[in-house]
Amino acid sequence: MRLRQGQFSFLPDLTDDDIRTQAQYAIDNGWAVSVEYTDDPHPRNSYWEMWGHPMFDNPDAAAVVFEVNECRKEHGSKYIRVLAFDASAGWESIRMSFIVNRPAEEPGFRVVRQEGEGRKIRYTIESYAMREPEGARYA
Amino acid sequence: MNAEAKGMTPQSVDLAASYEESGVKDVLRELDETLIGLAPVKQRIKETAALLLVDKARREMGLATETPTLHMSFTGNPGTGKTTVALKIADLLHRLGYVRKGHLVTVTRDDLVGQYIGHTAPKTKEVLKKAMGGVLFIDEAYYLYRPENERDYGQEAIEILLQVMENNRDDLVVVLAGYADRMDRFFESNPGFRSRIAHHIEFPDYSDTELESIAEIMLAEQNYVFDEGGKRAMEEYIGQRRVQPHFANARSIRNALDRARLRQANRLFETSDGPLDATALSTITEADIRASRVFRGGLEVDRAQRETCA
Repeated sequence: MRLRQGQFSFLPDLTDDDIRTQAQYAIDNGWAVSVEYTDDPHPRNSYWEMWGHPMFDNPDAAAVVFEVNECRKEHGSKYIRVLAFDASAGWESIRMSFIVNRPAEEPGFRVVRQEGEGRKIRYTIESYAMREPEGARYA
Repeated sequence: MNAEAKGMTPQSVDLAASYEESGVKDVLRELDETLIGLAPVKQRIKETAALLLVDKARREMGLATETPTLHMSFTGNPGTGKTTVALKIADLLHRLGYVRKGHLVTVTRDDLVGQYIGHTAPKTKEVLKKAMGGVLFIDEAYYLYRPENERDYGQEAIEILLQVMENNRDDLVVVLAGYADRMDRFFESNPGFRSRIAHHIEFPDYSDTELESIAEIMLAEQNYVFDEGGKRAMEEYIGQRRVQPHFANARSIRNALDRARLRQANRLFETSDGPLDATALSTITEADIRASRVFRGGLEVDRAQRETCA
């Protein structure tokens, strides 16, 4: 099951050129671009691992593509996303986020039903990948 | 090149038009006007610009696909305008579309080489990333390589540089600068660099007359002028300064002028007893230049004298 998170996730995988164009858009708007990776694809997992520092003072997006490729060398079997952080007053938040790398096999999610008091059912989801310990997910 | 542009490959190219259009003409004219002397450098830049223009036209017609190697090395004595020319080159390459942003990142050994194991690679990469889309200017590049210390981290920086220079040729242009003799030795011990650099440009020393016009331009930029005596004193100053140690061409001139302005301010402060007009405030006289220790034999003589006095 293909993970649909962030921008462009219903499109085919972005090429390096696409990534560059998007990152350049973010840079031209004055947003700091950073690269993050994780092997825990749960939608509520907002704390992905940072790959280096956010790039605050790089005027050209080639540096972002370079870092994405460096990250792919090390974490090619995990999810990698590119973020654009807007530091201007009033926003101080993420403006863009898109996945640029995903594992070859995405096992998807299952529904977990928990029986509560009074026959109440609580629903949640869990990634099948999460059954394996950290580092052993996605082969 | 996108699909649309590919569909309409031009059949002929008007080089003169693209010369006008790309703004290369303006950069070259600016180069001619703002930089005194440096005839061989200007010639090389013009040739390079012509080559790139033709290459761009060839690419538009689909005759060439490879990005030409644009890495350069600037060799010459201190103060001969290497950084200034690098700025112009960055602008030129940007207008020709060989670099996307056209900014210049100036670094020295300290910015590339780390202090301890594992510090160099991230540091060098950080600088390279900053320079992507523009020109990376490595001043006194020969310091990167220190043969006397085999555990020096400079070698690591060199390896990363070479790798990026080769693999990310579309993304950045590297300009190495330094004194001629030391750069030659640097290239000898790092043959990888020599072969990856296509353009070796040598900066000649300025002649006395060129330095005089540089002095006048520098003063004019700050709204100062020489009077007759000041001009003559400056001519003599240049002749004498040249043979003394640590002569750094235009940079020495700039420092001399800074000191002359200091002396002028002092003179005005001590001697004036009425209102001063604009001419008085902006004239450098003979006395301001003559007070320099260059006329008394320079730094060494000065120091020796002070020691005998003490």
